[in-house]
Amino acid sequence: MNFSEVFKLSSLLCKFSPDGKYLASCVQYRLVVRDVNTLQILQLYTCLDQIQHIEWSADSLFILCAMYKRGLVQVWSLEQPEWHCKIDEGSAGLVASCWSPDGRHILNTTEFHLRITVWSLCTKSVSYIKYPKACLQGITFTRDGRYMALAERRDCKDYVSIFVCSDWQLLRHFDTDTQDLTGIEWAPNGCVLAVWDTCLEYKILLYSLDGRLLSTYSAYEWSLGIKSVAWSPSSQFLAVGSYDGKVRILNHVTWKMITEFGHPAAINDPKIVVYKEAEKSPQLGLGCLSFPPPRAGAGPLPSSESKYNIPNAVWVWDIQKLRLFAVLEQLSPVRAFQWDPQQPRLAICTGGSRLYLWSPAGCMSVQVPGEGDFAVLSLCWHLSGDSMALLSKDHFCLCFLETEAVVGTACRQLGGHT
Amino acid sequence: MGDWMTVTDPGLSSESKTISQYTSETKMSPSSLYSQQVLCSSIPLSKNVHSFFSAFCTEDNIEQSISYLDQELTTFGFPSLYEESKGKETKRELNIVAVLNCMNELLVLQRKNLLAQENVETQNLKLGSDMDHLQSCYSKLKEQLETSRREMIGLQERDRQLQCKNRNLHQLLKNEKDEVQKLQNIIASRATQYNHDMKRKEREYNKLKERLHQLVMNKKDKKIAMDILNYVGRADGKRGSWRTGKTEASFFLRNEDEMYKILLNDYEYRQKQILMENAELKKVLQQMKKEMISLLSPQKKKPRERVDDSTGTVISDVEEDAGELSRESMWDLSCETVREQLTNSIRKQWRILKSHVEKLDNQVSKVHLEGFNDEDVISRQDHEQETEKLELEIQQCKEMIKTQQQLLQQQLATAYDDDTTSLLRDCYLLEEKERLKEEWSLFKEQKKNFERERRSFTEAAIRLGLERKAFEEERASWLKQQFLNMTTFDHQNSENVKLFSAFSGSSDWDNLIVHSRQPQKKPHSVSNGSPVCMSKLTKSLPASPSTSDFCQTRSCISEHSSINVLNITAEEIKPNQVGGECTNQKWSVASRPGSQEGCYSGCSLSYTNSHVEKDDLP
Repeated sequence: MNFSEVFKLSSLLCKFSPDGKYLASCVQYRLVVRDVNTLQILQLYTCLDQIQHIEWSADSLFILCAMYKRGLVQVWSLEQPEWHCKIDEGSAGLVASCWSPDGRHILNTTEFHLRITVWSLCTKSVSYIKYPKACLQGITFTRDGRYMALAERRDCKDYVSIFVCSDWQLLRHFDTDTQDLTGIEWAPNGCVLAVWDTCLEYKILLYSLDGRLLSTYSAYEWSLGIKSVAWSPSSQFLAVGSYDGKVRILNHVTWKMITEFGHPAAINDPKIVVYKEAEKSPQLGLGCLSFPPPRAGAGPLPSSESKYNIPNAVWVWDIQKLRLFAVLEQLSPVRAFQWDPQQPRLAICTGGSRLYLWSPAGCMSVQVPGEGDFAVLSLCWHLSGDSMALLSKDHFCLCFLETEAVVGTACRQLGGHT
Repeated sequence: MGDWMTVTDPGLSSESKTISQYTSETKMSPSSLYSQQVLCSSIPLSKNVHSFFSAFCTEDNIEQSISYLDQELTTFGFPSLYEESKGKETKRELNIVAVLNCMNELLVLQRKNLLAQENVETQNLKLGSDMDHLQSCYSKLKEQLETSRREMIGLQERDRQLQCKNRNLHQLLKNEKDEVQKLQNIIASRATQYNHDMKRKEREYNKLKERLHQLVMNKKDKKIAMDILNYVGRADGKRGSWRTGKTEASFFLRNEDEMYKILLNDYEYRQKQILMENAELKKVLQQMKKEMISLLSPQKKKPRERVDDSTGTVISDVEEDAGELSRESMWDLSCETVREQLTNSIRKQWRILKSHVEKLDNQVSKVHLEGFNDEDVISRQDHEQETEKLELEIQQCKEMIKTQQQLLQQQLATAYDDDTTSLLRDCYLLEEKERLKEEWSLFKEQKKNFERERRSFTEAAIRLGLERKAFEEERASWLKQQFLNMTTFDHQNSENVKLFSAFSGSSDWDNLIVHSRQPQKKPHSVSNGSPVCMSKLTKSLPASPSTSDFCQTRSCISEHSSINVLNITAEEIKPNQVGGECTNQKWSVASRPGSQEGCYSGCSLSYTNSHVEKDDLP
């Protein structure tokens, strides 16, 4: 495992381009675009104010920089450095800005969620969408970029509008049976929309693309409800985490619960590997406390893992066998974790100077080198799974991982020592 | 006194007792007798005793006392002491016989009384003890009763308390339920209120928003603008089309179409998947059914012989089903038409299988029960043996562990301040040592093996030599015969035979053959051999008589060409011997040149000898 030199960064703004060739990072009001392999600066753009949000367009040709305080969005082109675009929302203000999937439209949400403005980079046209709902996850695009679902609130009722992204036509508009809709999420196949209610009530609704209600699920009443929702990559399962400390997996045929994963305080099953970060052996970091990990199921590994009441632990479930697979107990609260996009491998950071990697073969931790303490607050994987960016408060560095075989042996060595 | 006690043993007859008593009375002092009589005091006796001491009868009043006694006795029913008076006037006389009889009877009576008294006394004692026992029992029972009564009271109290508690708890539960109900109501009302408030607030918020919207948006904010260098092309390369009223509708329709297409595709994909899954499940089902049929059909003959009819009929059904199955491939039909048939047949077979398995289970359990006792005895012995063995093993293991621990501790004590790495190294060294030891022992073993092999080889060589010897002897005898035959043809040979006969039977014969080949090898051996050695051997050779002797014979043979041929054949066999010699080379190096050279010189010598002999013979 190799680490690059440390670069400056502000407000944790560092993103790989979707094609995996470039890396954009922000330092105050400057946007720096580097080559992923050589880490040489390719472009340097200067914005009008401190950048608060950046986003690559889907075709990796444009970068959007939002300055919410000023109500400004600046767009830069990678191909034509002299090309510039500035969108000013004026007195309406700006709270959120994002690309449409085609990379030619920008959706700006004004303050107080008065409306969403759709700016086109191709034509002069500007579209407005009224009554967007101020909620956690109010906009969601299908994976193929064809449709957008938007949560709306009119007359104290929740609605969902489905737009066709190519021409921003309203395709469907229907009200949802929710008290206070909190989030919407398309299934990866783009045919089912999951809609969940506020945390005061456990309620999840599933709508078809044409607006039909497919199913409603509610695990219990009179208690705090859904905390987070995640689709499996195959659209077969929907994982629903709730405030009762359980994850419920719904299937895509009957939309009933298949299984329920709790977070027991004590784990008795000897098959489950519990990794505990041990302070005693600093050169190891993580000690394997249990039996060697059982054979990992090939195919898609769990997409659902959560950190609820125990922020120090990461729970990994095997979806093929529908059972708990491993628990990673860290000394400090987990700040961020992300799955390797290519293989079942999980990267975790806890705000310390260590990076933790878990795979079915084992677990390892790496001290991020460099003078001073590099407190890893966040991380993001490169598309290929060969490298990742580690972000601290005002620095970032890249971490290059060796091929799988080498990592495997390293893991085994770790296991052998403990 | 002891004598007395033995005499009064109850086993004796009353007659002898009375006698003994009499004798004792006479023998004993009055005082002791008195005490005795006091012991067994009875009213009639006491009177007698009284009279005995206070002189009931004196010289003066014999008559009165007799009459008195007579009176008394008659009143008790005894016969009169006086004789039957023959006349009134005659004085009645004392009948001594009657007196004695009376006395005897009185004594018997007294004995009886005494016995009875004893019995009564013992009974009395028994009864007294019984009484005591009963009284103690009674008191105990009374106590028990008391305690149980107390316990009962306590239990009753507890019961009452518990009931009280229960009632309280019930009350509490009721209260709690009420509370829950109340709280639920409150929650519900709060929720409605909250919702109401929320709605109100939201409406207000919406109003404000609306106003803000109007204020902000409708004022034509100049600032709201996009400053762009030039418009870029669309990602898909198409040109943006203008929206008009006409195209709007068509756009909408097209979007709808696309949406439904996507949905349809998704559903088709899912249907395909489900169909595939179904087909696979069907396959599995079919296979299962076939296997079931094949599993059950061989058994149907057996069960029919002994098992009840019910299974037999079911099995016949199975056969029918199997026939059906083979007749029509019903698996390709849609599920609805087949489902019932399929499920029914599967169910039937499943039932058969289940019953069969149950039966097997029963049999197994029976067998197990039957065989259990016999097995148990054996197994127990085995078990004990096994446990003993295991215990021994455990002991050994423990000892081993102990020694290991000791070793470890020693090591620790010696190298305590060394860190763990050195300990580890030591461990490794130990391990290495152990391994080396193992290897050493292995090598030793191998060496032993090698040695054994070598020994066997030498043995084989020796055996070979012996065999060869035997063969040579055989050959010699054969040669002899040949010679004998030849002598019949040739006169000259007869001389040789004579000469031969001097040797015949000697073991040196084979040596002749051994050495006979040497001259042929001469040039080679000479080159090898050192001249010093040669000279030495030439000197030493004449000393050995055998070689010189046989060389004489050899010289004789060399004259006959026919025999030379035979010698050559013998040489062909030689290489074996050479091989055998090679095993002990040290010896051969020293000896071979000697033998060769010796032979050679011997040969030259023998020629001269032969000439001499020849001269002698005629």
